[in-house]
Amino acid sequence: MLEVKNIKINYGGIEAVRDISFQVPNGKIVTLVGANGAGKSSTLRAIVGLVKTQEGAVTFNDALLTGKRTDEIVKQGITLVPEGRHVFPDQTVLENLKIGAYLRSDDLTEDLEEVYSLFPRLKERSWQAAGTLSGGEQQMLAVGRALMARPTLIMMDEPSLGLAPIVVQEIFNIIKKINARGTTVLLVEQNANMALRIADYAYVIENGRITMQGTGHELLSDEKVRAAYLGTGAGK
Amino acid sequence: MSLSYFVQQLLNGLSLGGAYALIAIGYTMVYGILRMINFAHGDEFMMAGYFMIYSIAVMPWFLSIPVVILLTILMSVLIERAAYKPLRSAPRMSVMISAIGVSYLLENLANYLFTAMPQSYPQIQILKKVYSFGDVSVSRVTLLAPILTILLAWGLITIVNHTKLGMAMRACSKDQDTARIMGIRVDNIITTTFIIGGALAAIGSILYFTDRNTVQPYSGSLPGLKCFVAAVIGGIGSIPGAVVGGFVVGICQIIITAAGYSVFSDAFTFVLLIIILICKPTGLFGEKAVEKV
Repeated sequence: MLEVKNIKINYGGIEAVRDISFQVPNGKIVTLVGANGAGKSSTLRAIVGLVKTQEGAVTFNDALLTGKRTDEIVKQGITLVPEGRHVFPDQTVLENLKIGAYLRSDDLTEDLEEVYSLFPRLKERSWQAAGTLSGGEQQMLAVGRALMARPTLIMMDEPSLGLAPIVVQEIFNIIKKINARGTTVLLVEQNANMALRIADYAYVIENGRITMQGTGHELLSDEKVRAAYLGTGAGK
Repeated sequence: MSLSYFVQQLLNGLSLGGAYALIAIGYTMVYGILRMINFAHGDEFMMAGYFMIYSIAVMPWFLSIPVVILLTILMSVLIERAAYKPLRSAPRMSVMISAIGVSYLLENLANYLFTAMPQSYPQIQILKKVYSFGDVSVSRVTLLAPILTILLAWGLITIVNHTKLGMAMRACSKDQDTARIMGIRVDNIITTTFIIGGALAAIGSILYFTDRNTVQPYSGSLPGLKCFVAAVIGGIGSIPGAVVGGFVVGICQIIITAAGYSVFSDAFTFVLLIIILICKPTGLFGEKAVEKV
């Protein structure tokens, strides 16, 4: 279980995260929803050690992560699919997948096959430079690259950002598949509608604080959540 | 200009170009990973010259060469730790200014420790052996320099393109945060880059000074600048570019000097820089900036 306790993050005097606590039980899909700038990405970056927390602690299966280097945290079985995909554009799809397995020294054939079976498009394009892929394909590559580390917890930062609705649907199906194989998922999304539908449990973040929590269905039917994040229109 | 004279000068140019290329690789690799120009690199090369003078005084040449390489690597890594690492999250301009500071520090340190008097560079007999072909006579180091340069550059390019270390280096040069998420220890990769740069600067300094006989505290400043220009001409960030740029700058300098225009030989390097920056700002092998987002 990932446990985030009262973390606080400042960027040069600006409080990005004021006080956030939540839990991600093993094997579940947990989502953090909230507007742009609410502190969701900062929270993920803090968990993986890319930004420092001023206060609070993060533990994973009872091991303290706070203060550890990113590579040590990744070794514990946590990976992050960063916002904006951040594939390595000049390297081929295959190389990108291999970089994802950087900390491993065993045979990758089986894992590559698995990623290719999840994303057949990546197999067709394995010799292509990642920068030439479409946005959706790059997102799939970013997810595939994260899976190559054999994570027990995969964190995804806005995987649906800037993608066509049909591709968004595809990505969310993949997230469910990954979870069904036993990988814990922590999902950060502005697309609250989609995220809440697949989440076992969800937290709403506003201005660096958790303001609401509940199961995905509870929040989906909550008046305030509907007004703030799902819009009032039926089709949205 | 007779043919033998031309061949003689061409060989000298290749030799100088080889030394320049090795130093240019140092500039280009550090730029590739930190996006900053290590202005102290030329002065590290000068210090390597002094290391050789002092180590050969106490040990045979075959020990001095590895000792000089090790000392230069150590210095290069120390400079990175002390002057660049603390500025990792600072704007790039601050790191660059820090590099200029280190450059002056090394020059003044050399002035203080070794005096401003030029000191004679040890003549390693095995490198100075002269071969004659008709009217052309060349020392072994002159022949060795371009060959060694090509071999080292080839080895380095192989490492960068075909090993796990190289994969990590390329990842770091593109996107450090994402490289970290992959489990890559970016600081170690940066240290490795400075180790390679230091080793090549030391080898370059042996090739360069053996043919030039003296070292003084400013011996590194103009060659350093020229090697930086060589890296820019080749396309900064590109290792093959640095090699080609080094040879172009070295050969041009010798040919112009041989043709009797030695007054202009330094100026020519910088004219070449201006022309390249106007016509092909990314250099001969420079990376394309376009990428799909």
